[in-house]
Amino acid sequence: MADDLSDCRKTPFYDIHVELGARVVPFAGWAMPVQYTGIKAEHLRVRESVGLFDVSHMGEFLVEGPGALTFLQRIASNDVSVLEVGQAQYAVACRETGCIVDDLLIYRRAEDRFLVCVNAGRLVEDWAWFTENHSAADNCTLVNASDEYAQLAVQGRKGVDVVQKMTDVDLSAIETYRFIEGVAGGVDCIIARTGYTGEDGFELFFHRDHARAMWDAVLAAGAEWDIAPIGLGARDTLRLEMKYCLYGNDIDETTTPLEARLGWVTKWKAKDFIGRDAIAAQVEGGVPRALIGFELQGRGVARHGYPVWLNGEQVGEVTSGALTPSLGRAIGLCYMPRSAAKAGQEFEVEIRGKRIPAVIVKTPFYKRPY
Amino acid sequence: MSNVPDSFRYTEDHEWLSVEGDVVTVGITDHAQDQLGDIVYLGDFPEVGDGVEQGDVVGVVESVKASSDIFSPVTGEVVEVNEILDDTPELANSDPYDGAWLFKVRMGAPSELDDLLSPADYKALLEA
Repeated sequence: MADDLSDCRKTPFYDIHVELGARVVPFAGWAMPVQYTGIKAEHLRVRESVGLFDVSHMGEFLVEGPGALTFLQRIASNDVSVLEVGQAQYAVACRETGCIVDDLLIYRRAEDRFLVCVNAGRLVEDWAWFTENHSAADNCTLVNASDEYAQLAVQGRKGVDVVQKMTDVDLSAIETYRFIEGVAGGVDCIIARTGYTGEDGFELFFHRDHARAMWDAVLAAGAEWDIAPIGLGARDTLRLEMKYCLYGNDIDETTTPLEARLGWVTKWKAKDFIGRDAIAAQVEGGVPRALIGFELQGRGVARHGYPVWLNGEQVGEVTSGALTPSLGRAIGLCYMPRSAAKAGQEFEVEIRGKRIPAVIVKTPFYKRPY
Repeated sequence: MSNVPDSFRYTEDHEWLSVEGDVVTVGITDHAQDQLGDIVYLGDFPEVGDGVEQGDVVGVVESVKASSDIFSPVTGEVVEVNEILDDTPELANSDPYDGAWLFKVRMGAPSELDDLLSPADYKALLEA
């Protein structure tokens, strides 16, 4: 992974981030803005009004042709066949072992045309996995279109109003996890009511050549609601408050979707897919652990990698943790033995050599009030 | 460019010291608070009366995103800890050189002050 910014890839908004004085850091091989003014203010702006995120580092695969659905059914844990045209679905891709290659958003653009949005940090592994499992017999084409697409997320309770000002499409008709292909900000794009913040809003996919025009259009449309750009730092605290998994932290090649409590997107009873047998066997034998959300009861902040102790025994590590701006409390995620994975269970997080009491709480940590 | 007051001494770990007699007051610099971003927790400091040695980890500063150790820049005895920071850690962002001092140490080896950076040295470090 590139640690030096000069080795990092740049999204088409990179120059804008620099002009705005963002703190740009290496993330998954990309030079990305971690904050523009401050994570806390940016986080609260999204919770209270609306913010604009450059998420162009995400990857986009196009799966098209008569066999596209069958192919994706094999790759994805969720039942892609239930997707209607214009609908999006969350899923994971698993190895034969049932462990997670990546988490995905699958957009059905036509009966036989899909766009799969994947994590930047997993693009290489994902593409290898898709192509390894693809052959001419699948009767569909795979295209890695990641270099062509730019992606902006407009998130917050005013997100719909902002994007509505940019388009003639009636956005009130597009429900959560639905999308439409149309013109917004004068640019052809996919307008999807999806996101990674727990707020309402849209994600826009469009050709990278239109990046600056689209950026300017969103900021102009959002000016009356005081929109501002939001960095990856706030994106992380926002998603953590929703217990949305972050690949590489909460899920990886050693975790199964059932352990990560992603059983709701894992249709091992309804269909076959790569990893299905291992997952069915895990159900049979008992899922050993579960990803839980906790609150720290003592002072401090639990961070990724801190040891987790239960009844005097180390049982794992914190996978994600932060002091969250909305709640003002130190929260986190970790895997717990299944028998102890229930709300109210007390345990300890080791912070700098000291064990600090923590308690499992119901998630999401944050629920939007509208 | 970060603010580097001329009246203080500095460490390579981005702490400042002000010296009054044999007592030094320690805090984090404007550059440190800027790099850390929104500070949400400052603590795990020694108790008043505890002995500390130069270079010891004596506390932590946590921002929304990162965690960073606080080191004691001198050897001696802790004589005061700034308890205001328990409730208002964000002071370290807004007022790093005054309101957000961290702790005071009565020096046991004043010659250690020679190891510290002058304001000019520290400015040079930031510009390097």
